[in-house]
Parts: sequence; structure tokens; C-alpha cells
Amino acid sequence: MVDIAQQDAAPAISGGFAEALDRVRRSSEYVVIPLFALLVAGLLFSIFLLALGQSPGTFFALLWRGGFGTGFSWQNTLVRAAPLILTALCVAIPARLGLVIIGGEGALVLGGFAAAVASIPLVHAGAPSFVVLPVMCLCAIAVGGLWIGLVGVLRHYRGINETIASLLMSYIAIAIMNFFVEGALRDPANPNKPSTQAIGEANMIGDVPGLGVHWGLPVGIVVAILLWVLMNRTTFGFAARVTGGNVRAARAQGLPVGRLIVISCAIAGACAGLAGFFEVAAIQGKANASLAAGYGFTGILVAFLARQNPLAIVPVAIFLGGIAAAGGLIQRRMGMPDATVQVLQGLMFVVLLVSETLYGRLPIFRAKGDKR
Amino acid sequence: MSAFTLNRRTLLKSAAIGSLGLTTGLLTQRSAFAADLTIGIIYVGSRDDYGWNQAHAVAAKALAAVPGVKVVEEENVPETVAVSKTMESMVELDGAGLIFATSFGYYSPFMVDAAKKYPDVQFRHAAPLWTDKDPKNAGSYFGYLDQAHYIDGIAAGLSTKSNKLGFVAAKPISSVLSNINSFTIGARKVNPNATVQVIFTGDWSMPVREAEATNALIDAGCDVITCHVDSPKTVIQNAEAKGVKSCGHNASQADLAPKGFITGAEYKWETIYKQYADTLTKGGELPNFLSGGYDLDFVQNTPYGAGATPEAIKAADAAKVEMKAKVPVFVGPLKDNTGKEVIPAGTSHAPYDPWIDQINFLVEGVTGSIT
Repeated sequence: MVDIAQQDAAPAISGGFAEALDRVRRSSEYVVIPLFALLVAGLLFSIFLLALGQSPGTFFALLWRGGFGTGFSWQNTLVRAAPLILTALCVAIPARLGLVIIGGEGALVLGGFAAAVASIPLVHAGAPSFVVLPVMCLCAIAVGGLWIGLVGVLRHYRGINETIASLLMSYIAIAIMNFFVEGALRDPANPNKPSTQAIGEANMIGDVPGLGVHWGLPVGIVVAILLWVLMNRTTFGFAARVTGGNVRAARAQGLPVGRLIVISCAIAGACAGLAGFFEVAAIQGKANASLAAGYGFTGILVAFLARQNPLAIVPVAIFLGGIAAAGGLIQRRMGMPDATVQVLQGLMFVVLLVSETLYGRLPIFRAKGDKR
Repeated sequence: MSAFTLNRRTLLKSAAIGSLGLTTGLLTQRSAFAADLTIGIIYVGSRDDYGWNQAHAVAAKALAAVPGVKVVEEENVPETVAVSKTMESMVELDGAGLIFATSFGYYSPFMVDAAKKYPDVQFRHAAPLWTDKDPKNAGSYFGYLDQAHYIDGIAAGLSTKSNKLGFVAAKPISSVLSNINSFTIGARKVNPNATVQVIFTGDWSMPVREAEATNALIDAGCDVITCHVDSPKTVIQNAEAKGVKSCGHNASQADLAPKGFITGAEYKWETIYKQYADTLTKGGELPNFLSGGYDLDFVQNTPYGAGATPEAIKAADAAKVEMKAKVPVFVGPLKDNTGKEVIPAGTSHAPYDPWIDQINFLVEGVTGSIT
């Protein structure tokens, strides 16, 4: 009904305004469908809760309170979202070229490890933090970039499936870190939890003033915006998307497909490496097995929920961060196992994937004159 | 009386009122939760892992039964900023007055920082890490499980036929090595022919490698298997399936091995937790450092299973009396498994000697290497 009214009224008022309104209507597809999918997932999850004899009302009220209901909850949510933004970018950027990279965990771990290792000689030499931190950060980005860049190289020049390669390489990455952390680079001050030497209190990145969240969050948001611009508003991004759409067409156009793949993978790895840097410089203060906390894998979920859009990754990461933050409160108040929240996440993932089939099929979102 | 008809409006109205009531109920829950003492317990794995986390969860259950004490629990909390947030959430949203952080990596920087942030809340961590440089409202508690492994060793030494015992261990660090060594000393005390073969898996939780190690030890002729990994479930189940006997670790695994279970080295965190709760509810001050073994009832052995022979039970019971009387396990002369003397004749190390926390060798009778 709205549709018809708009079509009739629009030319009479102003072409520009109506056109803008129409564009909003058409692009709202990307908001309405995921929200609808989340609603369906919520309903399915409520049935699951009722089957367990638990109240869905209590669950969702606690979810709200634990994730978004108080200032403290927001802090909790944003801290958890920070690494997810960067690890999700590690999935989303190569996805524009049609690559499914799921090994961000490895780039995060090696990036964090490289940052911690780079700090050791500098800290010994007594370098100030404005030297130590940039060096750590660059090392993390470089190592993360090389690691996933290598996946791109294997993909393009050797035809090795990037999904499998990146996943398996993440286990190699964790093993490399463990090898050094438990051996040559082990700090004797930590006899029972093998770690590298601490970077020291003076070199820790503090919180954003007044927010109680470390700098990884604003940096992640800025990187997401920059990468959105890169992928949507530059020739590089256009070439990458063409490659993702049809490799043979891209080749026929003379696009440097190999270079695009390797560079995109390297950018992706650099994002995950940066996440590793923040884990070391803002949270752990050293590299150890706790770096492999699964952020790389949750990032895959974030990227898919955000439909590989760098801008959408930010709210989705905050949303999933909120669910994780509320998970604890739900466990404590409802006496439910930790897996409960994972069931909700799994349902959301499945329903959202299924909802992909709805795009372009609902008349309400179609362009005028599209009579499919 | 008007008939109650359910239409869309009344349904929506009642739903709105209902959810409003629910929300206010939740918002005021903090005061409703404020029992005399709310205790938060944080686990790194799942509460029913048959191991480290379960040992704490069993104690948490006992603690919840104490009048005036409310227990809130959270499992699968990784050693990252997540545990900081869990601790803060327990304080901010549950009003916790005492928090038990039960995993090694929770301590620094996470628990130390939380203790600085909330000076009125007590924080205690399950490993001997607290020093007087750390906040005064933080602290450590620990049990000397090597004493219970010594009892395991005695029972195992008298329950084996092949005289070959197998030990699946996580990492070659002091807390693990002291358990392997006490187990071996116990076994060889009652059975000088007994030897212990050890395999390190390299990590606290590696079920696949633990299963491989168990099978390899059994193939090498071991007929009693024990372990020091976070969750002994895989090891004990595999041993039982292959028809060999087993000794447990951390919590009770008796029901996993109805045929071959001998006994197991268990923590008894309940003693410590109840002691803390009692002190706090009476307005007392908690000690910053609390550790003990058999004499303080901080460790115990699982009730004997079908795998324990009558001689084993008799000898192990006698050894328990010795442990309660603080008789030392590490007595010279003692050599390591490379032949080097580590304790000269005539000297011994009492149960809580800091020397035990620094052990960096495997005693004579152990096949295996820490390098």
C-alpha cells in the first residue's frame, strides 16, 4: 500500500526526495531481513528455553541487562566487541574476492606474539613507550599480514584451498607461539604459566578516558570505516569486487587478480595481527597460550552476520559482544550452563544463513518497475 | 462479574504489564540477592569435567548449603579480559563480597587488577601466587596434592602385577613433577620393583593426546595408569576400556572405572571455602595465604574402588595416618632418574617445605625426561 502511495505521490512533490525515499526503502532490505531473522531465532530459542522449563522472558531481560542495560554492561560489551571487529575484518575483506578465510585466530596469535617478542629488546634497552608501542604494533601488523598473505599466495600460485589452508595454518601459528613461549623465550618469572617477558606497566595501553574500554575499540572502528572506503569507494575495492564476482571476467579485463588476492589477504591478516597487538599491549601484557582465546573464530560469525560489510561489522560485533557479556549473568542468575548462549548464537547463525535466500525475493524492497 | 475475554488488546496489555513487572523484578534483584555473603566462583572449563573444575564445583555446592551464603557460578571463562569482566559483573550486578578465581592464569593481571579496583571485596585465587606486594584484599589458597598422590602411589604399588605404572602428565613444571615424584616414591616404598613411566602431553587439556599416551603406556606393559591433566576423564575411561587399573586426580573419577579404579588424589576445596565463608560471615579477616595438605583436610583420596587389593588398602590407610601427622615424603638419600643425588642421606623435606614447590627433576624409578 505504501508502495503504491509513494509511486503515485512522488512525482507530484519532488523527484529528488521521492528518489531518496525509494532508495531508503530498497536498501532497508539489508536491515529488515536480518532483524526479522534475529526475531525468528529468538522465537526458536524461546521454544528451546520453554522445553527446558526456563522462562524466555527472564532470559531476554537478563540478556538486555547483562549486555546493554547498565553503564557497566556497556563497558563489558564493548571490551568484548573490540577484538571481534578486527578479526571479523580478517574474514570480510577476502570475502569480497570470494575467498573464505577462517584462520584469523592464527594471525592474531602470531601478531600478538610478534608484538611481545619485539618489545623484549626494547624494554631491556629502556626505550620509552612511544617507541616500544609503535614498534610492537608494526611488528604485529606485519606478521599478521604475512601470515594470511601467505594463504593468498598459496591460493593463487599453488591453487591450495584458502579455507583449509588458513584453518590449518592457525594451528601451526599457535604451535609456533607455544614452542617459543615454553622454550627459548620463556620468562623464568612465570614458572607455572609459560609466558614471554612482560612488556611492563609503563608500556601498557590504557583505556579510552571516560569509557573504561581500551583503545582497540576506537581503532577497530576506524579501521572498519577505512576498509569500507577502500572496498567501496576506490578502484582497488572495485577491482577486488569484480574479482569476487567473476575471476575470469576480471582476468579478461586485465585486472591483476593475483596481486589483488595477496594484498587483500595481507590486509585481512594485518587486521587480525592488530587485534593480537591489542591483546598483548592492552590486556595480557605478555604473550602466552591465553592469546588463543577464540576471537578469530567468533570473528567468522561476526563477518557472516554482517554479510561481509566492514561497516556492518561494528554493530554486529557489539551485538555479539553484548550476548557474550550477558552470558555470565544468565549463567549465574538462571543456573544454566554456558552452552545455552552458544545455542542462541548457533540458532542466529543458521537462521541468518537461511534468510540469505530472501534477498531480492520480497516485492516490497524491489526497485520500481521490477516485476519479477 | 464481567466475563474475561482474551482479545488482542488485553493480551498486549497483559504482556506489557507482565514484562514491566519482570523488568522491575530483575532491577531490584540485587537487594533480594544480598544474603549475608554472596560468593562468586569462576571456572575456566565446564563444571562437570571430572577434574579441576569439578573439584571446585563440588565444593561450591557444599558452600551453597551453608546458611547465609549465596553462591553464584560462571563456567568456561577464558583467561582473558573476559575474566576481569566476570569478576566486575559479580561485584557490580550480584553484590559478591568474596570471589574465588580458580584458574592459574586468572591471577595476573586480572585478579590483581580487580582487587585494586574493588578494595572492599575479597579475592582469592587457587594457586600459591600471592606475595605481600599484591593487594591486601587478594590472596591465595592451595592444597598439597602431592601428599594424596603419594597415597595413590602406595595403593598402586600394591595393586600392580606387572610392576609397571604409567603416568600421563600435562607439562613438566614443578607442581606436576612433585606429584609424579610422590606417586613414584609411594609406589617404590611398598614395592621396590615398581617403575613409573611418564608421558608429557604438553598441555592441560588435550584429550586426543591423553588417549594416545594412555594407550602407549598400556602397550608398554603398564597395568596401572594415573595422570595429572585438567580432566582425567579420557585417561581413566581409556584405561578402564583396556582392562587396566587406574588412579584418579583432581576430583572423583570412581564412577568412570567401576572395575579398575584404585583410588585418586583429590582436592578438598570445601574445607577452605567453608572456612573462608565462616570467617567472613562472622566479621573476621581472611588470611592472604592459605595452604595445606592432609593434616588440614585440604586434600583427600577417593574411596577405594574395585581395583584396590586388600594389601593396598591396608598400606594406604596406614600412610594416610602418617600424612595427617605430617610425616615427610621427600626423604634422603634420594636420587633423580639420571643418578644425581637430590636429597643427601639424613635430610628430609617437611610437607610444606618451599623446596617442594621448586622441584625440577624426576626421581629414580621414573622413566621419562623433562627436557
